[in-house]
Amino acid sequence: MISGLSHTTIWVLDQDEALDFYTKKLGFEVNTDATMDDFRWLTVSPPGQPEHELILLVPGPPMMDEEAAEQVKALLAKGVLGPGAFETDDCRDTYEELSERGVNFLSEPTERFYGIEATFRDNSGNWFSMTERSDARATAKAR
Amino acid sequence: MPGAIPVYLHLLRAKDLIDREYAHELDVPALAREALASPAHFSRSFKKAFGETPHQYLLRRRVERAKDLLRSTGLSVTDVCLEVGFRSLGSFSTAFRELVGEPPSVYARRWRAVGAPPIPGCFMLMYTRPHRAVLDKPSPQDRS
Repeated sequence: MISGLSHTTIWVLDQDEALDFYTKKLGFEVNTDATMDDFRWLTVSPPGQPEHELILLVPGPPMMDEEAAEQVKALLAKGVLGPGAFETDDCRDTYEELSERGVNFLSEPTERFYGIEATFRDNSGNWFSMTERSDARATAKAR
Repeated sequence: MPGAIPVYLHLLRAKDLIDREYAHELDVPALAREALASPAHFSRSFKKAFGETPHQYLLRRRVERAKDLLRSTGLSVTDVCLEVGFRSLGSFSTAFRELVGEPPSVYARRWRAVGAPPIPGCFMLMYTRPHRAVLDKPSPQDRS
């Protein structure tokens, strides 16, 4: 039985710039930053979920040839890659906080049938949802 | 363009076979069979799809696996050479120097002194395969 997802790859254009965005703008924490020959293994985690690592990787060889890397970079630049959805305890609050830090939002907090959701982009072009789930709100209130 | 994706998927079967069976003898006919392709077209299609020939891919996979063993085990250079599928120490050393830029013994000493880096094995496999020659030709002093 598979029990969960522990690592997610996020393609970025530059690891240093991505690190800056994920830690300084989103407030994520560095999990591992290790270099082996010319490969830099750089992972960050949201503060509330240190066991899930987001791997910040630049498309390129040897994983993909230069042609494929250019294609992935083009997809990033077109803004079509959306690697996933983040959770928040308070979407409107976090929206204000991240906006002040300069995060580019595509949609303001909006009521959905599953909660309150806003969407933003990272500095490589990836888009993410940031959702305060209805059940999370109920749980927070019950505490 | 219908058809383009299935062809790539067949080629991927051959590439995955190299990743699994790199230590064994793998020739073009065997790889072509795995890809359900004719040997004549296989190498060319593989290079077109992945940017390197099946032979280059296999050689670089073996060198990558060798790097991993040199970093993380106490095996001798000869043991590592045989373990990853090279038949002779000479061909191993040449390929290693060409792709890594230093002899296997020097590479091992350097990494064993500091310890293997905390990077998961699956990502090592995918991302640390040497992908181009560092040295084009051995320099004159290497030959002596």
